[in-house]
Amino acid sequence: MAQQEILSTEPYLARFNAAKARLPGAGQSWLDELRETAAARFRDLGFPTQRHEIWKYTPLKALQGIGFTPAGEVARPASLDHVPSLLPAKAPRYRATLVGGVVRPELSSPDEELPAGATIERLAAALERDPAGLAELLGRVADDRDQPLLALNTALFEDGVVIRLGRNLVLDRPLELTLVGPLAEVPTQVHPRILIVLEEGAQATVLEHHLGFGTEPVFHNGVSEIALGPNARLTHIKVQAAPLETFHFATTHLRQERDSAYDGFTLNRGAGLSRLETRVKLVGEGADCRLNGAYLLRGRQHGDITTVVDHQVPHCTSREVVKGAIDDRGRGVFQGLIKVAPHAQKTDGRMLNKTLLLSEKAEIDTKPELEIFADDVQCAHGATAGAIDDMALFYLRSRGLDEAAARALLVESFLAETVEELGDESLRPLLLERIRDWLQVRRESLEEVAA
Amino acid sequence: MLEINNLHATVDGAEILKGIDLTIRAGEVHAIMGPNGSGKSTLSYVLAGRDGYEVTEGSVTFNGKDLLEMPTEERAGEGVFLAFQYPVEIPGVPNTTFLKEAVNAVRKYRGEPELDAMEFVKHLRAKAKELGMNPEFLKRAVNAGFSGGEKKRNEMLQMAMLEPSLCLLDETDSGLDIDALKAVSEAINAMRSPERAMLVITHYQRLLTYVVPDHVHVLSKGRIVRSGGPELAQELEEKGYGESIEAA
Ligand SMILES: Nc1ncnc2c1ncn2[C@@H]1O[C@H](COP(=O)(O)OP(=O)(O)OP(=O)(O)O)[C@@H](O)[C@H]1O
Ligand SMILES: [Mg+2]
Repeated sequence: MAQQEILSTEPYLARFNAAKARLPGAGQSWLDELRETAAARFRDLGFPTQRHEIWKYTPLKALQGIGFTPAGEVARPASLDHVPSLLPAKAPRYRATLVGGVVRPELSSPDEELPAGATIERLAAALERDPAGLAELLGRVADDRDQPLLALNTALFEDGVVIRLGRNLVLDRPLELTLVGPLAEVPTQVHPRILIVLEEGAQATVLEHHLGFGTEPVFHNGVSEIALGPNARLTHIKVQAAPLETFHFATTHLRQERDSAYDGFTLNRGAGLSRLETRVKLVGEGADCRLNGAYLLRGRQHGDITTVVDHQVPHCTSREVVKGAIDDRGRGVFQGLIKVAPHAQKTDGRMLNKTLLLSEKAEIDTKPELEIFADDVQCAHGATAGAIDDMALFYLRSRGLDEAAARALLVESFLAETVEELGDESLRPLLLERIRDWLQVRRESLEEVAA
Repeated sequence: MLEINNLHATVDGAEILKGIDLTIRAGEVHAIMGPNGSGKSTLSYVLAGRDGYEVTEGSVTFNGKDLLEMPTEERAGEGVFLAFQYPVEIPGVPNTTFLKEAVNAVRKYRGEPELDAMEFVKHLRAKAKELGMNPEFLKRAVNAGFSGGEKKRNEMLQMAMLEPSLCLLDETDSGLDIDALKAVSEAINAMRSPERAMLVITHYQRLLTYVVPDHVHVLSKGRIVRSGGPELAQELEEKGYGESIEAA
């Protein structure tokens, strides 16, 4: 093992002590206590190191020696006249835009557009308006006690978004959640917190897009808590396209009740160092969870996708198809763990990770794991890594495509398999488009013309 | 159009082609027959420029240019087309998308303007119809999950769209039912023209009753051991390769 990391918790604890009286919701005893407990936990746990099994492949030493100022203190509202979108310009949507972790109302859709029973609020505002409601939500799904970055987020979050859909409410347009990095001229840290609650029978599509314009280092430490009530359905796409100077850490904590369905797709292609972690608790029978995704890494990017799916009850299904293409000296990490509790019979859990290595120096560490304590289950996992198939490359070149175009098409072909896992077909093109622009391919869709 | 002189080629250090001489003029159709492993596919790969196939001796000129100097995609631009014995599956990439990219790549090489999308799709549909292909195949991913015969028809569609001047057909007739064989043969015949040459690799005389060749050659152990007219195919069908190979 490499030398011990000495990433100090001190500046963060000092920041907490200095700011705690001013953080949103300060003075509400439940929240003060939650934050104090979290700060103490973070102090005790320290930053993750590679000696922690689940952080073995992703070192944090690159953050060492950088003083990150809280984004809220430096990122004065610069004007942003155009916020990039994942959707075509005219596509209907609800929108919430955060810049440097703080919601910008002028870049978000007004409340009156929302159907009755749906709310999309600034976290800071919700804490003032509905403290009792928030006390029931914050830290309820993300209740893990062994997660230092979660504890750090809980201690320091300044804003975020709270999305609540009442019973049987079907959100009629996708909600686009755009998180723009801080527009600061010094290194900054940001700890956004997102809460999504779908009550029984509610349905929504959330498109989460991370990007930035800055050139200074950013330490992004996001936490999302998602609670799906019985029979609720959420499609959740996350595109991480932050600038290379960003260290992007984000954990999605998900709890699913009876017969709920989560269809998640993560496209991880930005940031110099990134880790997208999803921790799922299946607590109601018949719940279905899909955690598909793709990673695209080049240069010296390091991208980590880690998932933990905890089957706590019988008759739940989980599926993961995560594929990636890594070029240059990029380094990918995939860790997937499916846990099955002793009484969680008839669990159906499958996980597949495949990587295309586009250069000899590209690397992938992949570790799919099963931890099964029930005897009547169907679980499987697999992982492969390899180079582009010579014969396929020759085939395409023999049709006139130059080598670069042929390789790009084969990468697209490779990744299309995971995009096709996404249940909502209408959203697949927007992912393929993000993949193509990574590949620097422009291609009009002929399907429309042919139709 | 194509002149192959004393061509020797190795794959992974093993010499597979051991001195091939063959001249094909514009407008001609040549058939190559020969036992399994004799080097037929290897010859087609060397002509199309597959990496790892090393030419150790000899030369190939195509319309006066040194073919062996060119990377694969330039050969396609110059007009060489290889219909693969085993067409490759490209999942996730619709046939139409792929064909448009290929057609525009060769058009660009030839200094022709790119086709606009409407024009292209119209042309493509017409060609697919001629081949008796269901238009559904145009939307499906390239060869993915296609049956053997469907893949071969798809090769013919690509050939028709790319308008090559030299068509290398490696066992395009293998695995086809009667109707598919007819459709494929018609597609080949439709492309016969005074400006275009073809090299048809086959095991079966059946194809050659539809696509009547000008010359038939027998390849054995990396050499052409016998050449003749269309009647040679008939003879081989009746007597097998034994005599031709022994006589060599
Ligand atoms: N990578 C390789 N290393 C060594 N020998 C090889 C390699 N690839 C092919 N060969 C050999 O080259 C010879 C010629 O193969 P080729 O595929 O050209 O035969 P063919 O005439 O097309 O046969 P078929 O009728 O079965 O299609 C065979 O003996 C084959 O085993
Ligand atoms: Mg062959």
